[in-house]
Amino acid sequence: MNLSFFDQFASPYFLGIPLILLSMLFPTLLFPTPNNRWITNRLSTIQLWSLHSITKQLMAPLNKEGHKWALILTSLTMLLLTINLLGLLPYTFTPTTQLSMNMALAFPLWLATLLTGLRNQPSISLGHLLPEGTPTPLIPALIMIETTSLLIRPLALGVRLTANLTAGHLLIQLISTAITALLPIMPTVSILTTSILFLLTILEVAVAMIQAYVFVLLLSLYLQENI
Amino acid sequence: GPLAERRLMDVRLGELPTWLATCDLSPQGLLGGVRKAWSSYYDKYINVKRGGPAGISMLLAGYCLLSYVWNYQHISKISFLVSV
Repeated sequence: MNLSFFDQFASPYFLGIPLILLSMLFPTLLFPTPNNRWITNRLSTIQLWSLHSITKQLMAPLNKEGHKWALILTSLTMLLLTINLLGLLPYTFTPTTQLSMNMALAFPLWLATLLTGLRNQPSISLGHLLPEGTPTPLIPALIMIETTSLLIRPLALGVRLTANLTAGHLLIQLISTAITALLPIMPTVSILTTSILFLLTILEVAVAMIQAYVFVLLLSLYLQENI
Repeated sequence: GPLAERRLMDVRLGELPTWLATCDLSPQGLLGGVRKAWSSYYDKYINVKRGGPAGISMLLAGYCLLSYVWNYQHISKISFLVSV
């Protein structure tokens, strides 16, 4: 058997056509454009309500300048949320398990916050490299530590999302393999493991939503420092 | 009415090849066909006053089925010969 547990993360191809673009574009079907009526269908109402509450919560700590980022941050939240949750359906492919995609999302957005800060208020941005109240002998070391922590942010953002989702999917696959293998041998253990799988699936749904939220929340935090 | 103007559901099975010959198979034509199909699905099942989970669930079930079909060639190579 040449299959390994990591085959579910291979970028899908069908007759030589890459399908990753389709799995990234499918969420657009789930968000229909609202028409100009006051009362639309229930789907649009629910989506608009959730969109408004997400935007309000995300933009609350930002100043007026930061509100320019509302569109991109909210659409990023909805994209990550849908992609993560769709990946929990059977046989589907989750694009956010690919490090390339998450780094492509994290790196430019982080760099944009950094450059905005350095361009508009350079001394304040650089001032964030030294926390208030540090004892004087510690200053050189702390500046280097803070610079490292600043430069590692995009890596952390991308890898956090990738690792969480990949680990979750792997765990689900491992436990279901265990259940299938144990069923003819020890059915009681198999049934107990099924309850673990049930709890794990609930955890994965929560993780999918939380990771999307954390990604965008951290970006908004980096924005707050710099704008 | 005449064959070229009928929609797919109104075409009889024997007339299918002739109907396919009359429709527009350029990329724009195919894209227009996809858009029409999507908007008729959307207007029938989702864009209704008292919709429920059924409209979206059918869409997601279709997506799962499509993903299964795309993955079948890869999945079918698994053999469940687990040694005890």
